[in-house]
Amino acid sequence: MRRAAFYVVLAVAAATFLYPFLWMAATTFKSPAEVGGLSLLADQPTLDNYRLMWVRAPFGRALLNSMLVATSVTLSVLVFGSAAAYSLARLRFPGRSILNAVTVAVLLVPAQLTLIPMYTLIVQLGWVDSYAALIVPFAFNATAILILRQFFLQVPRSLIDSARLDGMGELRILFTVFWPLSKAPLAMVGIITFMGAWNEVLWPLLVVRDEQLMTLPQLLTVFSLGGGAGPRQLATKLAAAMVLVVPVVVAYTFLQRYFIESMASTGIKG
Amino acid sequence: MHAEARSGLFLTAPYAVFLLLFSLFPIGFSVVLVVLKWDLVTAPSFAGLDNVQHLVVDARFWQALVNTFLFLAIHLPLQIIVALTLAWALDRPLLLRAFWRAAFFLPVVISGAVVTILWSALYATDVGLINGLLARVDLGPVPWLTDPAIAMPAIAIMATWKNVGFYVVIYLAGLQSVPRSCHEAIELEGATAWQSFRHVTLPLLKPQTLLVVTLSTINGFQLFIEPYVLTGGGPLRRTLSVVLYMYRNAFSYQKMGYAATLGLALALIIAAVLVVQRRIIGSAEES
Repeated sequence: MRRAAFYVVLAVAAATFLYPFLWMAATTFKSPAEVGGLSLLADQPTLDNYRLMWVRAPFGRALLNSMLVATSVTLSVLVFGSAAAYSLARLRFPGRSILNAVTVAVLLVPAQLTLIPMYTLIVQLGWVDSYAALIVPFAFNATAILILRQFFLQVPRSLIDSARLDGMGELRILFTVFWPLSKAPLAMVGIITFMGAWNEVLWPLLVVRDEQLMTLPQLLTVFSLGGGAGPRQLATKLAAAMVLVVPVVVAYTFLQRYFIESMASTGIKG
Repeated sequence: MHAEARSGLFLTAPYAVFLLLFSLFPIGFSVVLVVLKWDLVTAPSFAGLDNVQHLVVDARFWQALVNTFLFLAIHLPLQIIVALTLAWALDRPLLLRAFWRAAFFLPVVISGAVVTILWSALYATDVGLINGLLARVDLGPVPWLTDPAIAMPAIAIMATWKNVGFYVVIYLAGLQSVPRSCHEAIELEGATAWQSFRHVTLPLLKPQTLLVVTLSTINGFQLFIEPYVLTGGGPLRRTLSVVLYMYRNAFSYQKMGYAATLGLALALIIAAVLVVQRRIIGSAEES
């Protein structure tokens, strides 16, 4: 009996987090007359809200922009970041200890401090309204480099020595010896980087003004600030939000263990 | 090992250039901007300490700071209590344990822009879900985002809902590392479950609590998209956050020097707040 009551309380708690998303999904299929209702099923399901948001703003293009930006940033952080991490962990070269120290130090700098100087830099570079503004400032990530470096330090020295005896260059050692051993930290870095880039909204709001170059969260924000607050607008905004939510929820459903462990163990949130 | 040094320099050169351009330069330039007046169109001019003097008497900045502290005063305790309760509930053999954890964590992976738009629908006075539920028990409607006294607490509740799953996972990991023998020992002495939690579990969870407080504080000072979309900083500027004010100074008013001054002030305030919090939590044990 007490056990059953415990599960009821737990279910109510879980519903607090899940029901709003279900209600949001349901609302996007409702006609204006039904929008305020609590029901999760529309009496007369309609696709009008989706049609309206699709013609009013370039959400298809924004979806492509977001995928391009998040994928480029993630690939860069993984490929170039692991090359830097490998060198910092396993190669002796002049300047290594300074580079290690700076990597740790920049983690302590709050993002608010560098936001405006970064913005003025992007303007000076002439990168406003370009993919470069959305990708290049995130091409490396100090947290990612430290995670990978920490892992690379644990790979036995003998593996590097024998690979070098076989005549392998450092890049080949990194990608054919270290990468296969580092699937877990690479996946972790990949997930947190992709989610960070996918969800970011303040930076695009600063450096992109052209609707055709906006990422999904940005276009969604601009779109929802533009309209009124009536039932029709509400359902249309929520329909636009679904474009951003559905891919994440699908990925999360299959990979939730990796999402939770990656984010919780690095202290980074989406 | 001449070749090794060459490889090392070659492989880290892009990262070194990146650090110089996108980390070290902005950090240094943030201080330079403080003494400049610059609209990004005409050439910057030297402004001395004008920006700092303006900051000291700028009512909007102080209002934004007070708003942020009010936000933290609600958000931090709420986050700790809810996260601890949910983690405590999950710290036992359970059916569908992974499902419950994943449910609490779902809002964490969703973009803040989406969560904010979703909550604008939940908080809507006439067609919103929350007032709809309240109407069922003959309460409300509550003007969640239009009443100056309610708007910031409403945003703090929303932020807790979005982030708490993350802290549930952190507390859960902490709870699982508390040995059972600790509880058994104190319960043999006749302590109640609550006393055991209060005097054994809670002190052992201090590292997790410190992490929750630190990350929530840093996060709280980054408050931007929530007031930007939900309230525009209103009503009566009661939800204006420092980052939103900084964004407006840079983007709408083209005052780069003043916006950077706000950023520098905020960074110093965050550092001070984190130091004070660390002291308080560190000394909680002795009392």
